[in-house]
Amino acid sequence: MAEKILAVLEQREGNLKRVSFEAASVAVSLASQLGFEAEAVVVGSEINNLNELSKYGISKLTHLKNELLENYSPSAYSEMIALFANESGAKILIFPNTAMGVDLAPRVSVKLNAGIAMDCMKLEVKDNDIIATRPVYAGKSLIDVKLKSGVKIFTIRPNVFRPQPVDSATVQVEIKQVENPNLKTKVTAFKKSEGKIDVAEADIIVSGGRGMKGPENFHLIEELAEVLGAAVGASRAVVDAGWRPHREQVGQTGKTVSPSLYIACGISGAIQHLAGMSSSKYIVAINKDKDAPIFNVADYGIAGDVFEILPALTEEIKKLKS
Amino acid sequence: MKIAVCVSQVPDTATRIKIGSDHKSIDPTGVTLIINPYDEFAIEEALKTKEKVGGDSLVYVISVGDDSVKETLRKALAMGADEAILLKSSGNKDSLAIAKALSDEIKSLGCELVFCGKQSVDFDSGITGQLVAEMLGYNCVSVVVDFKLDGNKIIAEREIEGGREVVETELPAVVTAQKGLNEPRYASLKGIMAAKKKTIAEKPAFDSEVFTEILDMHLPPSKQPGRILGTDKSAVPELVRLLREEAKVI
Repeated sequence: MAEKILAVLEQREGNLKRVSFEAASVAVSLASQLGFEAEAVVVGSEINNLNELSKYGISKLTHLKNELLENYSPSAYSEMIALFANESGAKILIFPNTAMGVDLAPRVSVKLNAGIAMDCMKLEVKDNDIIATRPVYAGKSLIDVKLKSGVKIFTIRPNVFRPQPVDSATVQVEIKQVENPNLKTKVTAFKKSEGKIDVAEADIIVSGGRGMKGPENFHLIEELAEVLGAAVGASRAVVDAGWRPHREQVGQTGKTVSPSLYIACGISGAIQHLAGMSSSKYIVAINKDKDAPIFNVADYGIAGDVFEILPALTEEIKKLKS
Repeated sequence: MKIAVCVSQVPDTATRIKIGSDHKSIDPTGVTLIINPYDEFAIEEALKTKEKVGGDSLVYVISVGDDSVKETLRKALAMGADEAILLKSSGNKDSLAIAKALSDEIKSLGCELVFCGKQSVDFDSGITGQLVAEMLGYNCVSVVVDFKLDGNKIIAEREIEGGREVVETELPAVVTAQKGLNEPRYASLKGIMAAKKKTIAEKPAFDSEVFTEILDMHLPPSKQPGRILGTDKSAVPELVRLLREEAKVI
């Protein structure tokens, strides 16, 4: 029997997240290169879109189910995933590098005595082994690592590995009812941040810096984000000044992000900020100072006044979308 | 109550990284070392908890590393920590090996509450706290922005995509601190003077197996400087055209 690689999927509010399909695709691709079988597992109560997984070439999905597991419980989820990985004999586990994945993967690694590499941006098969490339120092540098343990765990950075649909694949879904989950730690409530897309997950980010002059001007950033369906980001200076909440901070002591498009408005580009966003696919900079370091990483720039350019850009995109 | 805080020492965030000659670590020349920024939130929360719980509560700060880490431990003492322990190790260690050393020490001290920063800003894995918890069989709440302790019960809020999860659990537990949890205090002059007089306990870190082999460290491919399309709003239509037709991102 072929060895197994297991994609650990993430669901929120009963729906598999996009990054779950990315993890599934990575598992399928690695499995085909290593001669392994790719399987997936997900923990939760009712999950609506399990069949969507069939597009990505996973042969078998196990849903570990209990109504008490609608919300995340670190103690229960980690025990169940470790037990399942053990029973199925998985040699490699792929988790999304999300808030849940980062919480869960290390616990599972201890239970399985597995080595672990977090936030991988590339997973390459060489000599029948996996070389993982991951950022360190918030992306100022990269390291290639190999895990020497029998079981290996990798978490993948969202938005980096694009899900690859496979023709005419089917997935066999097995539902396993789980008894008495360990609820020593449990989520009792979720406080949603109001109507906002999170920078960690966004495909487009519009970010504002000190050049926005004050919190009262961030509506210009929000309006552009709105027409683009983008998340609002902020530089550290702006967060430290209390203009924006910390969850929006991009950079070394905020979030490191890899969206398709990053629009930096009134951000000069401190090294900590550049570290956190320079792996974005395309970067646009709008800043008065043409010598600002942000222009060294930007694909396209306008060296002008954000207060004039931002509304014009919002209008132009509105025109395009209508 | 005995409270432990795990701290690490990292290059200042303003450091421009140069790759060392071994191609497996950074060139330390001219690099200023600081206390990991997230660990300051962990220390502050430990001190606040000690003040609240009172009695004969003690805050221990623990770090794994070489002699240079004493600077960071001394800073934690100056903020108000009671005791500092350096688990001496100079070799290459991964998160699992570091967590093993820390959890062994926490176990022998008998600490039932442990604070860590949510990640260190050098290797960025963000997992040491969770690993320590799992190794000790403690409960764990990571990336915490709000923390309440009521007797044995913990109610914490952790940051996730799109909002905050309210998490309930009990001691013994590990909590990892996110920016926003508190405002770390400055060391007082009295604290600094007192810290100078304290001894930092040194013990060899137990050498456990290291699973991670670093093959190569390299800088990310540098981006070609892009095009400045103009200096006013007349450049906007061209920008939108390029984003749509060339980059294909909108």
